[in-house]
Amino acid sequence: MPDYPSLFDILGPIMIGPSSSHTAGASRIGSIARQLLGDTPVRAVITLYNSFAKTHKGHGTDKAIVGGILGFGPDDERIRDAFDHAKRSGLAWDFAFVGDLSRFHSNTARVGLTGKDGGTIEVVGASLGGGRIKIQEIEGFPVDFQAQLHTLVVIAEDIPGSIKQISGVIAEEGVNIASMYVSRTEKKANMVIELDQPITASSMERIRTLTWVQFVRLVNPIVEGTSRYEK
Amino acid sequence: MEFQLLSEIADYCRSTGKDMAQAMVDYEMKHRGVTREQVYNNLKRILLVMEESVEQGLTQQVISPSGMLDNWAKKIHDANVNTLGASLKKAVARAVAVGEVNACMGKIAAAPTAGSAGIMPAVLVTMMDEHNVPRQRLPDALLVASAVGLIFAKNSSFAGSEAGCMGETGSAAAMGAASIVYLLGGTTEQILESVGFALKASMGLVCDPVAGLVEEPCTTRNAVGVANAFVSAQMALAGLRSLIPADEVIQATREVGELMSPRLKESGQGGLANTKTGREIQKRVFRTEPQK
Ligand code: SF4
Repeated sequence: MPDYPSLFDILGPIMIGPSSSHTAGASRIGSIARQLLGDTPVRAVITLYNSFAKTHKGHGTDKAIVGGILGFGPDDERIRDAFDHAKRSGLAWDFAFVGDLSRFHSNTARVGLTGKDGGTIEVVGASLGGGRIKIQEIEGFPVDFQAQLHTLVVIAEDIPGSIKQISGVIAEEGVNIASMYVSRTEKKANMVIELDQPITASSMERIRTLTWVQFVRLVNPIVEGTSRYEK
Repeated sequence: MEFQLLSEIADYCRSTGKDMAQAMVDYEMKHRGVTREQVYNNLKRILLVMEESVEQGLTQQVISPSGMLDNWAKKIHDANVNTLGASLKKAVARAVAVGEVNACMGKIAAAPTAGSAGIMPAVLVTMMDEHNVPRQRLPDALLVASAVGLIFAKNSSFAGSEAGCMGETGSAAAMGAASIVYLLGGTTEQILESVGFALKASMGLVCDPVAGLVEEPCTTRNAVGVANAFVSAQMALAGLRSLIPADEVIQATREVGELMSPRLKESGQGGLANTKTGREIQKRVFRTEPQK
C-alpha cells in the first residue's frame, strides 16, 4: 500500500471474478502483450507457470489471458466466453503448463503472439495481487514495469547517444519521464520509459524511423478495473 | 490529514464538524488532487456493479465451474423454514449471490477483496430495500466503509496470505457494520464501536479455501460476515461500547495474523483445504484438462 492509498484501492477494482490475481491480473498480462504486438493477433502460445499452471482452470486464468489478448479489459464480461470469441475472431491459441519454476513469481505467464501481418512478440508477465501486474521480459530482454503509466518500449542497436535522442523527442513534447530502465545484451539495448502522459503519433513515428531503432511501442495503462479515475 | 487511525478520523470530524463520509472526500481530494464530483462518480460506478451483481446472483443460473456452488443464494432467498427475520435473511442471500457471481466469472466490485465482495453489496442493498434508506445516501455509506478499510489496510492487511480471512471477510464485515451505523444515524463514536465488535468476532479466522478456489468456505463466510455486520451495528446503536477500542482491535488483528501459521494463510496446507474431502475436491477439480 502506498502512504496515502486511494479510497479506490479499498473499494474496487471492478472486475470479472473470481480472483484479482488469477483472473483480473491475468487478463491484463494478455492485454499488454496485445499492445506490444501492435497488430491483431491471429495466434497465441501461452505458458502458465507455478500457481497459474496449477489453478488456472478454477480461476479462469486461461480465459482471462485469451480475453486480454482479444483486447477485453479486466471488467469485460466477454472474458467468461473468451474462447468462443477467440474462435469467432480467428485467434488460434495453445496452452502449456509448467508447474514449478522457482525463478519466476508464483503467478507468471509467458505470452507469444503472432499478428495478422506476421509480426511476433514474446512477453513474460507476473500477477502481483489486487489486479496489479509486472511485465518482466519482452523479446528476451529483462524489463520491469507495471503498466500503470504510459510506457514506451524501445529495442534498438546499442549506439552512443541513443538514450539522449529518444529522451529528446519526449522532452520536445513537454512530456515528463517518470522513470527509465535500460537493459543491454550484446549490441542491443532495450529501453522502458514510463511517461506521465502519452506522446503523440508523430513523435512515435519519429522514433520508429530512427535507423537504429528496431522496435517501438507505446503501452497504455489499462484503466478498467483499477482505482484510477475516469478521465 | 494523515489518517493513520480511526480515532484520527474521528478527531477530524469533531474539529471540522463534518461527518466521516465528508472526511473521506476531503482525504481523497487532497491526496489524489481530484474533485468531489470525480469521487462520487467513481462511487456510483462501484454501487452500480454491486447492485447488478446481487441481482444476477438472485435471478440467473449460477453454478461454479468446479460444481461446488449451485444456486445457493436463491435457495436461501426462497427457503420455507426460517430462522432469520426477513431483512437479515435477504441480506445473507444477497451476500451469497455476489459470491456465486464472482465464482462464475461474473462482474463484481472488490470490497475490499474479490473473496469478500458479497458483504458490502448485501449490506447496502438491504439498507435500501429493507430499511428504506434512499439510494442517494449509499455513496456516503461506501465512503464510511472505505474509511474503515483504509485504516485497516494501513495497520493490518487485506491479504489472506498475511491476515487470514479476518483480513478479507473480517474487514469487510467491519466496513459493512460502519456503513449500517452511519445510515441509521449513529454517531462517529458508534461507528467505531461497531468496527471493534465486527473485528473481534472475526479474530483469528483462517484462510483455507478448498482447491485454492474462492468458493468454499469463502461464499458462506460472506453470509456470516454480513450477519456479523448487522449484529455489530445493532450492538453499537444500542449504546454498547467495544471495551477494546477499534484501533487497538485492528492492531490485534495484525499481531494475530503474524502469529498464525503460514499453513493457515491461503497456502492450501491447513484447515478446510487440508481435510480429506477438501483434498478429494482438489484432485477432482485439477484432474480436468484445460478447456480448448
Ligand atoms: S477463506 Fe481465504 S480466499 Fe476465502 S474469503 Fe477468506 S481470505 Fe478470501
